[in-house]
Amino acid sequence: MTNIGSVIGVNGNMVSVQFEGDVSLNEVAYVVVGDKKLKSEVIRIKGSRAEMQVFEITKGIGIGDKVEFTNDLLSVELGPGLLSQIYDGLQNPLPQLAEQCGFFLDRGVYLQPLNRDKKWKFTPHVKPGDSVARGDTLGTTPEGIFTHRIMVPFNMYDNYKVKSIVSEGEYTVDHQIAEVEDDKGNVYPLTMTFNWPVKKAIDIFIERLKPVEPLVTQSRIIDTLFPVNLGGTFCIPGPFGAGKTVLQQLTSRYAEIDIVIIAACGERAGEVVETLKEFPELLDPKTGKSLMERTIIICNTSSMPVAAREASVYTAVTLAEYYRQMGLNALLLADSTSRWAQAMREMSGRLEEIPGEEAFPAYLESVIASFYERAGIVKLRDGSIGSVTIGGTVSPAGGNFEEPVTQATLKVVGAFHGLSRERSDARRYPAIHPLESWSKYKGLIDVRKTDYLRKVLFRSDEIGQMMKVVGEEGTSLEDYIDYLKGEFFDSVYLQQNAFDPVDVAASAERQLYILDKLLIIILTHYDLTDKETSRSFFNQMRQKFLDWNGSKFQSDEFKKIEAELQEMIDANRRESKEEIKEKFDKLFSDN
Amino acid sequence: MRKIYSRINEITGNVVTVNADNIKYGELAEITSAHGKSLAEVIRLDGEKVSLQVFSGGRGVSTGDEVKFLSRPMQVSFSDNLLGRIFNGRGEPRDNGTHLTENMIEIGGPSVNPSKRIIPRNMIRTGIPMIDLFNTLVESQKLPIFSVSGEPYNELLARIAMQAEVDIIILGGCGLKYDDYLFFRETLEESGSLSRSIFFVHTAADPIVECLMVPDISLAVAEKFALKGKRVLVLITDMTNFSDAMKEIAITMEQVPSNRGYPGDLYSQLASRYEKAVDFEGAGSITILAVTTMPGDDVTHPVPDNTGYITEGQFYLRNGRIEPFGSLSRLKQLVNDKTRDDHRALMDGMIKLYANYKETLEKKAMGFRMSDWDDKLLKYGVLFEDELMALSVNIPLEEALDKGWEILAKCFTREETGMRTDLLNKFWPKSEG
Ligand SMILES: Nc1ncnc2c1ncn2[C@@H]1O[C@H](COP(=O)(O)OP(=O)(O)O)[C@@H](O)[C@H]1O
Ligand SMILES: [Mg+2]
Repeated sequence: MTNIGSVIGVNGNMVSVQFEGDVSLNEVAYVVVGDKKLKSEVIRIKGSRAEMQVFEITKGIGIGDKVEFTNDLLSVELGPGLLSQIYDGLQNPLPQLAEQCGFFLDRGVYLQPLNRDKKWKFTPHVKPGDSVARGDTLGTTPEGIFTHRIMVPFNMYDNYKVKSIVSEGEYTVDHQIAEVEDDKGNVYPLTMTFNWPVKKAIDIFIERLKPVEPLVTQSRIIDTLFPVNLGGTFCIPGPFGAGKTVLQQLTSRYAEIDIVIIAACGERAGEVVETLKEFPELLDPKTGKSLMERTIIICNTSSMPVAAREASVYTAVTLAEYYRQMGLNALLLADSTSRWAQAMREMSGRLEEIPGEEAFPAYLESVIASFYERAGIVKLRDGSIGSVTIGGTVSPAGGNFEEPVTQATLKVVGAFHGLSRERSDARRYPAIHPLESWSKYKGLIDVRKTDYLRKVLFRSDEIGQMMKVVGEEGTSLEDYIDYLKGEFFDSVYLQQNAFDPVDVAASAERQLYILDKLLIIILTHYDLTDKETSRSFFNQMRQKFLDWNGSKFQSDEFKKIEAELQEMIDANRRESKEEIKEKFDKLFSDN
Repeated sequence: MRKIYSRINEITGNVVTVNADNIKYGELAEITSAHGKSLAEVIRLDGEKVSLQVFSGGRGVSTGDEVKFLSRPMQVSFSDNLLGRIFNGRGEPRDNGTHLTENMIEIGGPSVNPSKRIIPRNMIRTGIPMIDLFNTLVESQKLPIFSVSGEPYNELLARIAMQAEVDIIILGGCGLKYDDYLFFRETLEESGSLSRSIFFVHTAADPIVECLMVPDISLAVAEKFALKGKRVLVLITDMTNFSDAMKEIAITMEQVPSNRGYPGDLYSQLASRYEKAVDFEGAGSITILAVTTMPGDDVTHPVPDNTGYITEGQFYLRNGRIEPFGSLSRLKQLVNDKTRDDHRALMDGMIKLYANYKETLEKKAMGFRMSDWDDKLLKYGVLFEDELMALSVNIPLEEALDKGWEILAKCFTREETGMRTDLLNKFWPKSEG
């Protein structure tokens, strides 16, 4: 029996309800307004009064309006056909909604997340009599390039015997594919889909492993200096216009990963449109298929209802966890987690909770922490490995990182890609600050090399600062060359041209290869007699290296430019080739 | 069914409460006091306690005043009869024209389905080189003009209103000084643009609550015109006043402020207005330009800061010019490759050289020696500022591009500009070699 209640208060997107019987926290209820039912979630219960956040515009709700409770927690539907979908924060498919309602998001219209007519080719993996438990694979169906596991629903907590299973064939998601029976003889019919509450982490695995394997983003500054590991977490804080969204868009395209879930959370709708329109046409070089086939977009942009924005990141992470259960690596990119935090703040204010810093609720930190905790790499019950990696942008007020959301996020993530206004103003993209950012993960590149390069950068920055005071005249030639070397590293390696079709993405192989060349250039001593010639030498080297970056890896052009670079080094070096090699080996070689 | 109540329980600031039933959230009421009638909007329901925000303010409202609920939300009339007309923040005439009551539409409607949006593709020409050439305005874009008070931001808006290639201009005034209102009216009248314009003007002397309605009314009307195929440009001045009005109500309602007194939903409130900018496939469009004055020239102040996170770039108005640094049209890449071959390259090249000029200025100020190159840059910077950046310059894009080459040729050799050879061959002025 579901409960009925009635509205006793309306304050913005919060509605207070008087009810009888039992209601649970995070239960879904509908406020009945005229012929519309508005989806809501219970967020506080006191006696027979519940506070709910309404996922729609609340205009027109009146005292006494009927509220229908559902007994279900806020959930998503899981099953084949999630990939390449575009959902709002509550898993409403937006293109289908547009077919029905036109230009605008009419309230109170909720459509099925998965296609009910499409037939999936199902291959059973169990037979009658087999024992199964939650999360075990009953069969599989191809979903694009992936093998989608049809699993025992995660909310069935007993041990079961397979009573029946359909033979190989084509079925819709609602077709019964199996029956399982528990110890007491209760029989459960199963289809290819089931629901799971979004605010609960999917917890079916043998163990959580330590993230150690690099997730290659193909962004050099990230992969080389501030790497991310599969199952890890990272954040990108930065003031507006510093390049957070562009960086996430690049990552969503070029990251070497199975599944990408994009959560456009409370930011511009226009930015999602670019992804929506371009992804179907972009081919994943690895698979030759459209990028859309590995992507799910959860889109709750800034003018869409705020409560649904709060839900959207949970919807996104639940879908990521679901694909993790199939032994796949999923990457969740959330832009921006600050908008999610602000949605919490708005609701906390309406609940008249005691505010913390900048009026964020006192539980902000723990909520952020438990969200990022849903990332991880796990060993599944069948021995396969799956992972969820989470990367969130943060939009700090005034661009100041000393604010609650940035600080709470920094406490829990494994890598910090801090964007700086200074670098974006200077068009040094991606504007990740190379001295202030950090990562706790192990990357592609030998740490001896990255440590060395960090020192080069640090020294160069120091000299640069000094030069601002004493001018070029007051700087020694030796220092000046060290300064130029740091700038060189920055401009040919850390910066990357997002508009160049080749430079936009650098494979792991390419990074390993060109970094060694770069190290040679940097550790070589040159015959440079004054600042003017030094500057012009490094300018020429830079131009050449940038051309190199724009040539396809190991193509003829690539090899030609590489040889020219070498000639330029040879023409100006003060040491012999052998001496340079020895120096390199001494620093970076194992023996 | 209209209900009339004659007992007001609480009056705080511009908010009053009455006990009433059967009231809907967002519904309008009419309050009749000794000073006349005023509309009010339901902003909170708590049992039978109804809180209303009174449009003409709480001042002079008495506990014995009559409150009549109208069983409808805030609406505005929509038809071609709006063109050339001037209204206040409630949508009532301020120009002695007729009261319009036909075809009432609701304001603050739902947002556009993101999957129905299209990638913006048309430039809007303004005749202002700092916009057309350097930070191109794109149809369906939303852009604020960040400005210190005292800058000629209203003059700039008026010029854009007169010159922009659009079908309809809607001017939303939030806390506009009366003189500025007259300025807009006269300027548009003289230029003959008034007939394609609609004003919704709240002046600084009007009740503060009416200021809150202006963006929603303007945008609701804009949306209807856009759906009918019109290209609408919405100009709002000044969104900081709008935000301050929100702050005032929030404090009256005892909401916990998040940052310098502003409510925690400032971002969402601003976004729900700016995101009305759209290009409807198969119909018209809405483009929004909104002045945001920066208290204390501080871009990290909550209003410009939240705005910057929402809009697609910003124009910085400083020292009577649209600053080349800081100003950004995030959508310009979508259109500036379809104008003229040299557009992008000239845009980047001239700004780079201008950045060098700024560095040279700094070096000069610190007393470092000036090289030949520095002297060239100094000449360049001044020419650029006077002949392209000044707001008085009013030329089409093509002329602005030619002017750009001319300035370069006056100051540098071909090689020094760093421009591509093919462009130099095509565009370098012949007379200067
Ligand atoms: N990697 C990049 N390469 C080139 N331009 C960039 C890059 N990142 C950002 N930009 C420029 O900066 C603008 C703002 O970037 P965006 O990612 O939207 O910023 P944010 O999300 O931090 O507000 C973009 O429109 C683009 O012009
Ligand atoms: Mg962004």
